Amino acid sequence: MSLLIRGGRVVDPSQGLDRHVDMWIAEGKIAALGADLEAPKSDSPPRVLEVSGCVVAPGFMDMHTHLREPGFEYKETIATGLAAAAAGGFTAVVAMANTLPVNDTLAVTELMVRRAATAGGTRLYPVGAVSVGLAGTELAEIGGMQRAGIVALSDDGVPVMNARLMRRAMEYGHMLGLPVLSHCEDRGLSHGGVMHEGTVSAALGLPGIPAAAENVMVYRDIQLAAMTGAHVHIQHVSTAEAVDLVRRGKDQGVRVTAEACPHHFTLTDEAVRQYDTNTKVNPPLRSAADVEAVKAGLKDGTIDVIASDHAPHHVSEKEQDYTAAPSGMVGLETSLGLSLQLVHGGDLSMPQWIAKQTLNPAQLLGLPHGTLEIGGVADITIFDPEREQVIEAGALHSRSSNSPFLGWTLRGTAVVTIVAGEVVFERL
Amino acid sequence: MLIREADPEVVQDVSPSREIVDFHGRDLLGMEDLTATDICAILDSAASFKEISEREIKKVPTLRGKTIINLFFEPSTRTRTSFEIAGKRLSADVINISVSTSSLSKGETLRDTADNLAAMRADVLVVRHSAAGVPHMLARFSPSPVINAGDGAHEHPTQALLDLYTIREKLDTLEGRRVVIVGDIANSRVARSNIIGMRKLGMEVDVCAPRTMIPVGMESWGVDYHSDLDAVLPDADVVMMLRIQRERHGDVLFPSLQEYSERYCLTSDRMRRAKPEILVMHPGPMNRGVEIAPEVADGLESVILQQVTNGVAVRMALLYLIIGSGAN
Repeated sequence: MSLLIRGGRVVDPSQGLDRHVDMWIAEGKIAALGADLEAPKSDSPPRVLEVSGCVVAPGFMDMHTHLREPGFEYKETIATGLAAAAAGGFTAVVAMANTLPVNDTLAVTELMVRRAATAGGTRLYPVGAVSVGLAGTELAEIGGMQRAGIVALSDDGVPVMNARLMRRAMEYGHMLGLPVLSHCEDRGLSHGGVMHEGTVSAALGLPGIPAAAENVMVYRDIQLAAMTGAHVHIQHVSTAEAVDLVRRGKDQGVRVTAEACPHHFTLTDEAVRQYDTNTKVNPPLRSAADVEAVKAGLKDGTIDVIASDHAPHHVSEKEQDYTAAPSGMVGLETSLGLSLQLVHGGDLSMPQWIAKQTLNPAQLLGLPHGTLEIGGVADITIFDPEREQVIEAGALHSRSSNSPFLGWTLRGTAVVTIVAGEVVFERL
Repeated sequence: MLIREADPEVVQDVSPSREIVDFHGRDLLGMEDLTATDICAILDSAASFKEISEREIKKVPTLRGKTIINLFFEPSTRTRTSFEIAGKRLSADVINISVSTSSLSKGETLRDTADNLAAMRADVLVVRHSAAGVPHMLARFSPSPVINAGDGAHEHPTQALLDLYTIREKLDTLEGRRVVIVGDIANSRVARSNIIGMRKLGMEVDVCAPRTMIPVGMESWGVDYHSDLDAVLPDADVVMMLRIQRERHGDVLFPSLQEYSERYCLTSDRMRRAKPEILVMHPGPMNRGVEIAPEVADGLESVILQQVTNGVAVRMALLYLIIGSGAN
């Protein structure tokens, strides 16, 4: 069936497009863009989506998620994770390797790809582990995993502490055209910490993670990228200094890119004051000055991508004490609404923001997405920037609801998600 | 007035508190949540309970029929015993539950624990845990009030109250008094609660320790940092020594116990620099010869055992104020 999307504001940074035009989708591809489109008479009648007031954008991609399958299906499965992604407006997600078993072999990658194909809907692109078992000692089976479909390398969640191994991963990944996504954390410095180290951690008596634990590793990885010529992508940048290090690395011509997460530019460590374990995340919620620096980095282009770091955990795990509870929060269904506040607040223009969700992640991972070019695959995200959405645990599609944003009302929500010309989610 | 509505046998000699403060049904999670008025009201109330422990028959019927649950996730002798004695002298039923955190991690969540104790109709939970914030989380889930008996490196409000009580008993006034707290400030809930309480009551606080034991972000506490104990001791009205552990969760904070003792042990030599009427305090348990010399711990200036005695009175007062039927 073909689709006719009428009355929306079409924004596609890949073509510098921001206009009220209609879009015709046929055979899974974008067939035409233009004013007052009519479907050709010969075709079977298209489904018409009236989306006035909404923005029609290339499919959003979340390049940092944890889907927990295989191994932790009680937190999330590939099917529930992809359903949450579709409901959050994402047509593709990039899934980290810290499953059980770890995605460090072709077989695990194949399993993930097959499960995603069965689930349907949002696309899944797996990330392969840098090291066997995320143990940080020897390289995983990178070439094999690439044949099965990985798009990048990362030991996310367990930082690669050995700089020599990181160097080898960058060299090997560079040869294969795979970027290394780095969770920057010096485990010696962060040791035992559960929140940002500062006045709030001092008041709460919780062990802190200093900003320097992130900064020193960002610097190390930029140095290694400069040395190897490889592409390093700094994950979930949370400190002012890390933003500045990435900015300087780019100025020096190093192949470094970076992402920021909605919680890191929305909340500060003040949110931890009630010991709500849903605020526990790694890197931790930082100071107000860090939040401003992350926003500035998004604004001036230092930070290329917005990613959710969707990290589902079961409620019984989060009902432990703050130090025992695992780090992470679900984000797929709040990411769009939270980050859209950057547009409402004037920090980013609409096309600037959309590029960080579409074109930029597609380009840095080398994926054929993030554009509305005629003839391209019809992965489309349609959102209403004004429609309010109340975040409620029961309404989330994810299997878990560990979010500090429960009860929040977000201005803006995804209304239709289209993958390869098929509507995979709608709340029109 | 808080006390007089209770059984007339309980308390004969009561000095009226300055203002009426209603604690009935309230949680006591930290000194952070108390105003200066609250603190003074608790100390005034404790004064009237102290006498009960001096009687031949150390028991009054005030909390008869009430159930106090001591929920200790971390080993403790002194605080648990103090709460137990306080409850029993008020005729409450006191149940001690020691939970090893390992069995908890096998599946029971904090919410399960709170729900189970609520189902048994506990009147108050006294909670000790090695992680900061657990009493706060239990208080959210629990219908009965929660008293924090020490949570991680966060707060230990009943210790601070008994310390303040002891200082006030000895020095009469608190405002303007100068206290130096010596030891691992970053990891000490005793230091945190005392600093908060003392600052609220207008006392001056110096902290003294190796730099490795000072938390980042302490600037907002209104205390002064000194690395040199000898320099800060002469101005102190009170010196409070904290228990020292060289290693905390795998983090080594100073080179050796010997080097620590050379710089920070309260010895009789050092005591010569202090005012003659200085009070020496320690929350216990002490490492004699490490942070405090035996002759100082047992010396004339030491009020360490009086702290323990006063701890029972302060906890009796708190239990009475929070769950006593006449307390509101």
